[in-house]
Amino acid sequence: MRLTCTVNGTTRTADDVWAGESLLYVLRERLGLPGSKNACEQGECGSCTVYLDGTAVCACLVAAGQAAGRDVRTVEGLAPEGELDPVQRAFLQTGAVQCGFCTPGLIVSVHDLLARVPHPSDPEIREALAGNLCRCTGYEKIMDAVRLAAAGGAGS
Amino acid sequence: MTTTVHVGLAATVTGGVGASPLRPDGRLKVTGEFAFSSDLWADDMLWGATLRSPHPRARITGLDLGPALRIPGVYAVLTHEDVPGRRLYGLEHVDQPVLAADEVRYQGEPIVVVAADHPETARRAVQAIGITYEVLDPVTDPEAALDDAGAPRVHADRPNLLRHVPIRRGDPHATAAVVVTGEYEVGMQDQAFLGPESGLAVPAEDGGVDLYIATQWLHVDQQQVAACLGLPADKVRLTLAGVGGAFGAREDLSMQVHACLLALHTGRPVKMVYGREESFFGHVHRHPARLRYEHGADADGRLVYVKARILLDGGAYASSSGAVVANAATLGIGPYDVPNVVMDAYGLYTNNPPCGAMRGFGAVQACFAYESQMDKLAAALGLDPVEVRVRNALHTGDRMPTGQLVEGPAPVAELLRLVQAKPPAGQADFPPGGTANTTRGEGVVRGVGYGIGIKNVCFSEGFDDYATARVRLELIAGRPAVLVHTAAAEVGQGLVTVQAQIVRTELGVDQVTIAPADTAVGSAGSSSASRQTYMTGGAVRAACQAIRDRLLTRLEGRAPSHRHTYRKGTLPSSEGGRAGETALRLADGQVFGEDGTVVADIAELLADGAIEETVQWRHRPTFPLDPETGQGDAHVQYAFAAHRATVDVDTELGLVKVVEIVTAQDVGKAVNPAAVTGQIQGGTAQGLGLALMEEIQVVDGKVRNPSFTDYLLPTIMDMPPMTVDVLELADPHSPYGLRGVGEPPTISSTPAVVAAIRAATGAALTRVPVRPEHIVGV
Repeated sequence: MRLTCTVNGTTRTADDVWAGESLLYVLRERLGLPGSKNACEQGECGSCTVYLDGTAVCACLVAAGQAAGRDVRTVEGLAPEGELDPVQRAFLQTGAVQCGFCTPGLIVSVHDLLARVPHPSDPEIREALAGNLCRCTGYEKIMDAVRLAAAGGAGS
Repeated sequence: MTTTVHVGLAATVTGGVGASPLRPDGRLKVTGEFAFSSDLWADDMLWGATLRSPHPRARITGLDLGPALRIPGVYAVLTHEDVPGRRLYGLEHVDQPVLAADEVRYQGEPIVVVAADHPETARRAVQAIGITYEVLDPVTDPEAALDDAGAPRVHADRPNLLRHVPIRRGDPHATAAVVVTGEYEVGMQDQAFLGPESGLAVPAEDGGVDLYIATQWLHVDQQQVAACLGLPADKVRLTLAGVGGAFGAREDLSMQVHACLLALHTGRPVKMVYGREESFFGHVHRHPARLRYEHGADADGRLVYVKARILLDGGAYASSSGAVVANAATLGIGPYDVPNVVMDAYGLYTNNPPCGAMRGFGAVQACFAYESQMDKLAAALGLDPVEVRVRNALHTGDRMPTGQLVEGPAPVAELLRLVQAKPPAGQADFPPGGTANTTRGEGVVRGVGYGIGIKNVCFSEGFDDYATARVRLELIAGRPAVLVHTAAAEVGQGLVTVQAQIVRTELGVDQVTIAPADTAVGSAGSSSASRQTYMTGGAVRAACQAIRDRLLTRLEGRAPSHRHTYRKGTLPSSEGGRAGETALRLADGQVFGEDGTVVADIAELLADGAIEETVQWRHRPTFPLDPETGQGDAHVQYAFAAHRATVDVDTELGLVKVVEIVTAQDVGKAVNPAAVTGQIQGGTAQGLGLALMEEIQVVDGKVRNPSFTDYLLPTIMDMPPMTVDVLELADPHSPYGLRGVGEPPTISSTPAVVAAIRAATGAALTRVPVRPEHIVGV
């Protein structure tokens, strides 16, 4: 099938999409946007988190066809080319990035959290990010990153 | 919160050793542009997929590839007969088939590989393959496997006993006033890196192949892949692709040979990416263990003897089991000074999933047992658990059970006292059960527990352990710049950052580029055994020192007044140059005399051309263990960490909330303090996972939970705030005095968490991970 949707503000079309493909596969393998990650493809790890019509979802659990005509925003589209979103800067500055495989999904999840709750408490942060697995950091520096971004300390 | 208690060398260079500059790959990682091994793409690329055995032990009685080959879009269907070179591979023993021939020895063993134009087509082709088995009874009990007469052999040509490491010290018949015994069990833990096994193999015009791969050791992959392909090493070129975590699981081959076979067969690039379920079958795991301990102490709690027997289930193939057994044995009584030791550690072949390297590597299993024993001993004597540990703590100048002298700092008592002295934990953010509203505090009790562990750093037992670095200092656009080329695998730990820091400190040049790691330069050894900052860091430093020697030689003709101040090999005073010796210092792109005046610009000295040095660097030699007594100087460095865990336990539901973890670790020198803290926090989390939730459940040789739905990893809800104390007690033999950092935090957090649950509930808890039913006793 042919799939057309808006990705990071641009209308994109993919041809010959097999009906069983996920949105994650289309983004990674057909649209050249591998930033959303394929850690479990079971909806358990959050590494493929993207916005679908403004809602944070696991792209691996969205069938490609479900994205037709809708608006997708990925980690690649959080900041204009050559710039960083404050959440991205905060992750960088606090050392919240090690291997980096969980990072894109976490950044989208944190971006979504701070859009809804600009100044979350620690328990609110933990609850909001409970669907994003990280195997490297033990989450302490991720907590630091969210606090820094929420405080505006990472710059705008 | 991080407190640096003892500060060693001061950071004198911006972004140098002791500073925490930003990761050079960090920007690409936060924008999603960093190319992990599963992100690679080539024109005309095919996708590989693997047929795996559903049985832990079976004979293959029939194989029909026709149905797969007839599917449009399928380009290759290959079996063991298509392996042109050696059909087996392995790290210590070459015992594992690239593709199974007649018999499969574990569930998930690869039998056939397929290449197709779409991953789904490849998966369907795998399903279309006709295969029949004669299913055999698997050997699944390591205790039974140990009895060569009583159990079938997993490999017909050798006994199931893979390795036995005995250690004998002192009087084997020593007796003591107070004796505690215990039997313990450790479940099979998975490394669960997030980036699945993956890579891209590209056939080359010279008949060779270029492989872009996530691995921990490029050269050991290259050796094995080349042997299996029947190609010389120079025709099998490996480049490190982005690595999404490792933790030991990328020491063994997974899809490397398969992708190359398919690429060479089809003449097209082939990408293979395991899904999460396949990943559980695609790499080795942490050895499950059964451990029996007897500790004897005098009335004051001083250990008189330890007797121990450790059984490690190696699964179907050897992988690195031999070294894991040696670690469990040599480190198996913990960081304690014990005059009499009888230790026997065994590694067995079974038809369970193969086990090998995982962070902590044999030291983890033993630590759970010996620390549980120390708590038992404390209880028997009515002593505080920290006090009994401190009374037996290893010190510099003591001997290990192997007879090896502990030469470097051994701050065992100090680390314990540090974590003990921290203020008690406050209120938890959540009750046990998280936000699920399972309790309002009724039935919830608190407990505090301690653990301390010991780990060897670098490779042991006489292994020729070295790392290679090529460093080039040159002018780029008129400014001095350095290029570092090694084959060392950046797996997330921050090695790329550390390499640049070392260059800045040694050469005083800010502009440092780390070239992609590949096999065009000599081996760096593995990113494992907490060794890469020590080893590749040591090699980069040595290469920089050789460059500095040559650079300063150029000074001799130009600045006679300073000639006398320079001696080859002299370190700058800031980096440990001897008192009274004059030395030139490189900083800010300039050469400084000891009086602080600028002697020359580095750029000026480079007008005569670039300077490049390639250095192969080794740590002090180690020696094999005596096969009968286990005596020998097998290890190069020991590292220590201590944990205090505070837990709230819902005694009615058996749920545990870890409220706080306090940890202290001696790192010798924090080359990058932020990265050190990150390693300690992350390692602690993996130990917490083993204590409370992480287990590959294997029943009759079959994995019951190969998914992140059923294999539970600690989430941000499970992890408590952590307080990290870093000691910097320099090791006189290592670069900058540093001590390997990665593994120790994983080792002692497990027993600390379990001790805290015991303290809260009184439950015996002899097995990890602790399950709710162990706590409530149903």
